Formats: sequence, C-alpha cells, structure tokens
Amino acid sequence: MPASDFQTYPVFRRGVSAKVRLLIYATICVVMLVADLRFRFMDFLREHLHTAISPMSTIASEPVKLLGNATEHFSNLADLQDENAKLRQHQLDGAERLLRFDELEQENASLRELLGMRKKTPVKSITAEVLYNVPDSSSRKIILDHGKKAGITHGLAVVDAGGLLGQVTRVYPNQSEVTLITDRNQAVPVQLMRNGLRGVMFGTGQGLRALNDVSKRWQQAIQSDIGPGSLELRFVLANADIQPNDRLVTSGLDGVFLPGLPVAEIESVDREVGAFARITCRPLGGVEKSLRVLVLGRTELPPPPPNPETGEPPPVVLPRAARQPGGRD
Amino acid sequence: MQLSNRSNRLLRPAKPWFVYMSLFFALLLDYVPFGHHPGTPNWAALVLAFWCIREPLYIGMGMGFFLGILVDIGKSTAMGEHALAFVVLAFIANGLARRIMWFPSLLQALHVLPMLLVAQALMASVRVFVGEDFPEWEFFLSSLVSAALWLPLTYLLLLPQFQPIDRDENRPI
Repeated sequence: MPASDFQTYPVFRRGVSAKVRLLIYATICVVMLVADLRFRFMDFLREHLHTAISPMSTIASEPVKLLGNATEHFSNLADLQDENAKLRQHQLDGAERLLRFDELEQENASLRELLGMRKKTPVKSITAEVLYNVPDSSSRKIILDHGKKAGITHGLAVVDAGGLLGQVTRVYPNQSEVTLITDRNQAVPVQLMRNGLRGVMFGTGQGLRALNDVSKRWQQAIQSDIGPGSLELRFVLANADIQPNDRLVTSGLDGVFLPGLPVAEIESVDREVGAFARITCRPLGGVEKSLRVLVLGRTELPPPPPNPETGEPPPVVLPRAARQPGGRD
Repeated sequence: MQLSNRSNRLLRPAKPWFVYMSLFFALLLDYVPFGHHPGTPNWAALVLAFWCIREPLYIGMGMGFFLGILVDIGKSTAMGEHALAFVVLAFIANGLARRIMWFPSLLQALHVLPMLLVAQALMASVRVFVGEDFPEWEFFLSSLVSAALWLPLTYLLLLPQFQPIDRDENRPI
C-alpha cells in the first residue's frame, strides 16, 4: 500500500493518549485566549497569519460582492433616477456651504491667531472601500481595502457622507479592521449639538435582537440593516435636557475622534428607569451600509492616555511628592 | 454505498490531498461574509467532524487546532476561541468515530448534532467570559443546519472513494 494513503492502521497504540493531547491543546488555547483578550500579545502573530490568509478571505468575499453588484445592476431605472436626483439636490445644498467654508476657515485661523490659541491640527484623510463585513454574529466590524501601507493607523475615525461609522481597531499591511459604532465594545464621546450636553455613546450590538417580533428580526437579518436600539447614550441624568431628534456630534474629548463629526440622532428617551435615562439613538451615517468610506486622522498623535496604575501621563515626569496618594510606587 | 460499517461494499481509501482540499474549501466557505444570518452552517466544524469520524487516525485535534486558529483570524474573533471549540469537537468525534460508523447516516447526523452544539456552547462561554451576553437560541440554529447537511455532505465527500478500482470503459458511470 502506498504511504500516501490514509488506510495504514497501526497494530499497537503509539504516542500520547488522546486525553493528554486534549489537555495540552486546550491549555494552549486558553493561554492564547487570555494573552489575546487581556494583554493583546497575539497581535503580532495575528498580523502575519492574516496577511497569509487575506487572499482567501478576499476570494471568499467575492461572490457576495458579485451578488450585490448584480442586484445593483438590475435595480430598475426609476430607482437610479431617483437616487441621482437626490444626490444632485444634496450636492447643491452642500455647494453653497462649501463655497463659504474656505473663507470661514481662513477667518477662523486668523481669529485663533489673534486670540493666541493653539492652531487646530490639520486633518489627513484616506478614502477606502469596504471589502466585507466580518462574518461573526456577535461583533459588528468591517474590513477596509487599505492598511498600514496607505498610512492608516490604529484608532483613526471612519466616516461616510452621513456621519461617523466607527474606528480602526486593527491594522494589517494591506487591510484594516474597523469596529462600527454599533458594536457592543465601541464607545464614542459625544456632545448634544443643541446645548452642548456631553455623554458617552455605546453600541449595543443588538440592532437585530432589540426587535421582539421574530419575523421582523429575520427580515432585518436578510437586509443586514440595523434597527432601533442599536446605539445607546448612557450615564445621562434622567432630568437632563434631551429630547428625541436631537443631534449628537463627537466631542473630541478623547483626543481620538475629531470634534464635531455627526454621529447619531436621539430616537427615544425613557426617564422612568432610574437615576439615568435610557436613551436610544439611530446612527446618521450609513453604518453597515456604506461601501466607500473616509478614514480621518490627525496628522499629530494625541497625547498618550494617563497610566491607569499611577494616574500620571507618561511624558510628564512629576516630582515624587506630586504623585497621587493612591498611586503605586 | 458504504456509508456505515454495516454495508458490504468496500470503499477506496481516502486521498490525503482530497481531505486537506475539502478542509480548505470548508474554511473558504466559512470566510464568505453571509452577513448576520442566524442559521449559517459551521462549514469548517462540520467537515472537520466528518473527517475526524472517517479518518480518526489522521485527522484529529492537531488539525482542529490549526483550522480553529485560521477561522479565528478570518472572523476576527479572539485567538483560540474557535481553536478551543474545534479541538474539543475533534476529541469527541475521534473518540466516538468507531461507534458512529455502525449507524445509518441519519443517526450519524444525530450523533454529530450534540458535538457541534458542544463546540458552539464552548464558543459562547468564551464570549460570556469576555463579558458578552449568552447568545440567544438562534445562535445554535447553525448547528442544526450543519447537522441537517450531514447526509448530502457524506455523499459529496465520499464521491472519490465510490469510484471502482478497475475502470470499465463500457460502463456509463
């Protein structure tokens, strides 16, 4: 029998027993899980393996893209004309503002100079195309077709024409992964446009689950649309001045997102639940719908966050006495 | 057709390249971004379970680990989440392989269903450990769909082994 065939059975048991092997493999897996989730030690390995499998995932995403293109191709003429008219109108609406924008920006710069304020950091932007949604039911992430080589770095904001979509969370050489604002692990510091009220907005990852009607939930899953309850504004007092249809923009307090990017619109405010109101929002940008996006970044990096253990920002060396009493020395 | 050990027909031995190829295709199918449909089958888990039962001496926990890591990277889940589930799946499938092969195909699928459910429960518990909610029942629908695919998959993956050893030129198939 040729050695290449599988059918050669050994007469005697050889090697380590299955239980021991299971224990070894399970231990390796658990160690990897902890290393990845708690310490992010695995990013190096992940980056290399991702580069190796990226042709595979690109090929795999091709049929879905083809299907999408086909439906677009065969969508009827009236829809296209409608969309075209809408876009023209949109462009006209924006044109007037754009014309004044240059002048206003110049005016702003000179006023800032007069007041002696720090100049606003200029913004660089990279256009990218959405390759595919990450096929995982519990997270809301997309993969873009540009990566480290195009200048995308960890933490940049991703927007479309409507507003904020998410944040770059992993960067590979030629692709990057964006966590959408509807993901349950994504938080965005926001500000109410009307009165400047600040808050933190969280994704619930439950765009689909929030619907009680099962049939509707299925319909939504097929359209891969997001429903109500996909975003939540948390830690806002129940008596705060906030009402439905208020617009939320990024506050820029985190030093990551640029201030003033439109994020969401308040959908409902429930003040009866406790000290904090339960506020649901609907995203303004085409979250999970847009195919072309803009990656926005500051040309200068924000200051590094303070060390959680000592409570001091790393670059500034404080004298010993000035350190926080609770800090560990 | 020798779908179980009860039949008298002998199959040709499985070709290693075909086994690895089918696992590769299953991985490719897993990478297809179907969106967030609740009932998408776990292709890689299913094909892995199949070969773990058919070829328990050659496809086992090592392949499960390797495949799991690749799925983890493709799906951007935590490194080791799918790997852990697949290793346990391969262990159970290897252990029960001799028994399962004596059952007809439908009962084989009934054996495979709990294995896939255990694998999914492991993935869900890893997510609970991270701090997410335990998923709703629709999450486990994919195991049901996968188990339902067991019979067509058996025929598909055994096709090369059904070929006769001596090719008869006059025979139509």
